[in-house]
Amino acid sequence: MEIINSIPLEYYLALSAIIFSIGVIGVLTRRNIIIIFMCVELMLNAVNLTLVGFSAFLGDTSGQIFVFFVMAVAAAEAAVGLAIVLAIYRNNKSIYADEINLLKW
Amino acid sequence: MELSSFLFYLLGALAIASAVSTVMSRNPVASAMSLVLHFFMLAGIYLTLQAQFIAVLQVLVYAGAIMVLIVFVIMLLNLGDEERLREKSSLRRLIATGLGIALLTQLGLAMLASNTDLTMMTSKAVEVGMVEAIGMDLFTNYLFAFEAVTLLLLVAVMGALILARRPSENEKIGSEI
Repeated sequence: MEIINSIPLEYYLALSAIIFSIGVIGVLTRRNIIIIFMCVELMLNAVNLTLVGFSAFLGDTSGQIFVFFVMAVAAAEAAVGLAIVLAIYRNNKSIYADEINLLKW
Repeated sequence: MELSSFLFYLLGALAIASAVSTVMSRNPVASAMSLVLHFFMLAGIYLTLQAQFIAVLQVLVYAGAIMVLIVFVIMLLNLGDEERLREKSSLRRLIATGLGIALLTQLGLAMLASNTDLTMMTSKAVEVGMVEAIGMDLFTNYLFAFEAVTLLLLVAVMGALILARRPSENEKIGSEI
């Protein structure tokens, strides 16, 4: 079969690993829960990139269907998560993770 | 260098740069705008992988719907920057960055240890990325999962409505008693 892309799969996996690690660092360092939320989206996208990469290189549709489901779950998570952020802000007047410590001892 | 490799390097570099900018910038709105740029760059990378359908979904769902929701909440809460929380977390920041780099090294080592021979993308990838192939598989093999996701989205919408709603006066009196 005709070869249409000269970039090996490892490059896509490496890019995905780098973006995932940036997302992890963001979740661990930032205090604003909206930004933590955005870093979680970053990590979901890194995993999506891995799935699409494997799907294209193996010639199998399943990877891209998983990405479809990940996107649906991410949309649901965004709706519920941001509603929780709003509810926390209404009670606490703060959305910084350091100041939300009611369940901490 | 071919056009497709050039595009991959350009989009990959911009994707990493915008991801770093999402994590680093102190203003949440600037962070959100970097994330939108990142989503567009990833859509371009999906196109170099011949995944047209996923690239369009990426722009519509992530850059469109989810980011609008996030920016809307940022505007609604009217936040300042994180200046007052900056000083006390420098040690934690160092440890967290170290952990992130450790994770990256581990992922790299795992990748070096495995030997895949998937270096070539063949023309089969073009048909796999089309809506036709994905739709065919989605509505036959993955039909149950598709229906479950519709239910999940319905529950998520109702959950978001209940969580974000302001409690009415009657309920407040009721909860105090």
